Amino acid sequence: MSERLYLYPIWLRLWHALNAIMFLVLIATGLSMQYSSPDAPLIRFDLAVRLHNIAGVIVSLNYLIFIAGNLATGNGRHYRIVFEGYTRRIMQQVDYYVRGHFKGEKAPFPVTANRKFNPLQQATYVGTMYLLLPLIIITGLALLFPETIANRVGNLSGIYLTALLHSAVGFLLSLFMVIHIYFSTMGATPTSNFKSMATGWHEPH
Amino acid sequence: MTKPTAWLGIILILGFSPLFAQLTVDMDAEPAGLADNQTCFDCHGKRIYAYENPVTGRIERKAMNPNFVFDQEAFYQGVHRHFRCTDCHSPDYETFPHKAELRFEPMYSCLDCHGGDPTYAHFHFDEIGVEFEKSVHFERQPERFNCWSCHNPHSYKAMTRSGFRITEIVQYHNNMCASCHNNTDRFQTVSDSLKRPLDQIHAFLPNFNLHFNAVRCIECHTATEDTMWVAHNILPKELAVKRCVECHSANSLLMSSLYKYQNIESRRSRGTLNAIILNEAYVIGANRNIYLNIISIVLFGMTLLGVLVHIIFRIKKP
Repeated sequence: MSERLYLYPIWLRLWHALNAIMFLVLIATGLSMQYSSPDAPLIRFDLAVRLHNIAGVIVSLNYLIFIAGNLATGNGRHYRIVFEGYTRRIMQQVDYYVRGHFKGEKAPFPVTANRKFNPLQQATYVGTMYLLLPLIIITGLALLFPETIANRVGNLSGIYLTALLHSAVGFLLSLFMVIHIYFSTMGATPTSNFKSMATGWHEPH
Repeated sequence: MTKPTAWLGIILILGFSPLFAQLTVDMDAEPAGLADNQTCFDCHGKRIYAYENPVTGRIERKAMNPNFVFDQEAFYQGVHRHFRCTDCHSPDYETFPHKAELRFEPMYSCLDCHGGDPTYAHFHFDEIGVEFEKSVHFERQPERFNCWSCHNPHSYKAMTRSGFRITEIVQYHNNMCASCHNNTDRFQTVSDSLKRPLDQIHAFLPNFNLHFNAVRCIECHTATEDTMWVAHNILPKELAVKRCVECHSANSLLMSSLYKYQNIESRRSRGTLNAIILNEAYVIGANRNIYLNIISIVLFGMTLLGVLVHIIFRIKKP
């Protein structure tokens, strides 16, 4: 068994914890705004709007910390994809999750100091952090400043389209959150990755 | 598209603070005509007024015609707070008893003072005049209907330009409509028809009181404009918005005027961060789409099912 690795520095853990809490607030309030009715609100409507706005602004500012931290510390290298043979590596990882794991096979891409993410994680994290998150931040900010949005796009209201994109991306991020939390239970023990979030030390397995 | 896209807008917002129409009235200084107006308010500020009968020498107490009682406090909170009564009314009113023919005194309309004046250009009075003349009010009662039928010059507040919350603006504007449309006596000053109460007329709404407190009447009863400044073309009732989805889904009409304007204004007055956090520009269901709802529920269900199956296999793992 290899040594414990200090993979998650304090700034990254704080960023991740704040992001996680705000994401939960955004999902709960977003679901309430999207699906509840005035007669049966999950969260009181005005409160949901206010909390959603506050959490959205915090996540947006926190995203800047993520970008700055990645640039300053070299954490960004984990998000750089080497495209050669990438599909094959992803399929190897998928095969491990759907078959190999249950047969007690070794993980094909174990965590090392230079490889924090397996290829599947890397693809989803890059998509989440560099595509979905900027999209939801931009559409969210646009909805906070609705006069910046084009009045009409074809036959549809620009605000409506922006809100639609915002909620669609929000939905995809909620799915990511569910899968992300579930896969976090696949560490050395079901709880070891959650301990790593607090201590910074990765438990090899 | 004539306006910047959302993406460009965000970039612009970071360094751009637009200049918006300011109220031109000093609301803090002492009213200019305070002392002169007091003589008028001594009688017209009260429901019961007193005067000395020059023939008998006795002090007489009389009830003032309710139409001529003016709330002094409201006047000095209104946009005409620095006016003297005789700026608009004949100086002959300074003598008492007032001459009978003064009741035939013609009244100014808004445009008599504000029309064509570049000082007031940002209030769009001339466009308002054009829109008003297209409205059902003017069309049906051109002789009887004027600005003052809705906007009382003795208490008028520029609500949307004074940092009020949307709910306060809605209440102020709706009371303006209700003062006639929910009051048979006042309504009959312009029409012979009998009005049913507003809640009966709007019984088709799922929750009339909620709508009345949250949305301005003119949101559904005027021609759609992208700016609120000229929303004076009140439509015949047959053309009013009646379909829920016009506000609550496909095309959020409410976003077109007051809400967009209020957002800009509140950012100016509250500061950007406070304003965007307290932003009220969201209508329940306005961004709902039935197909996306179904797709999202199916995808979410499939994800949970996938996780569940994976958990089962992990538990069964030798």
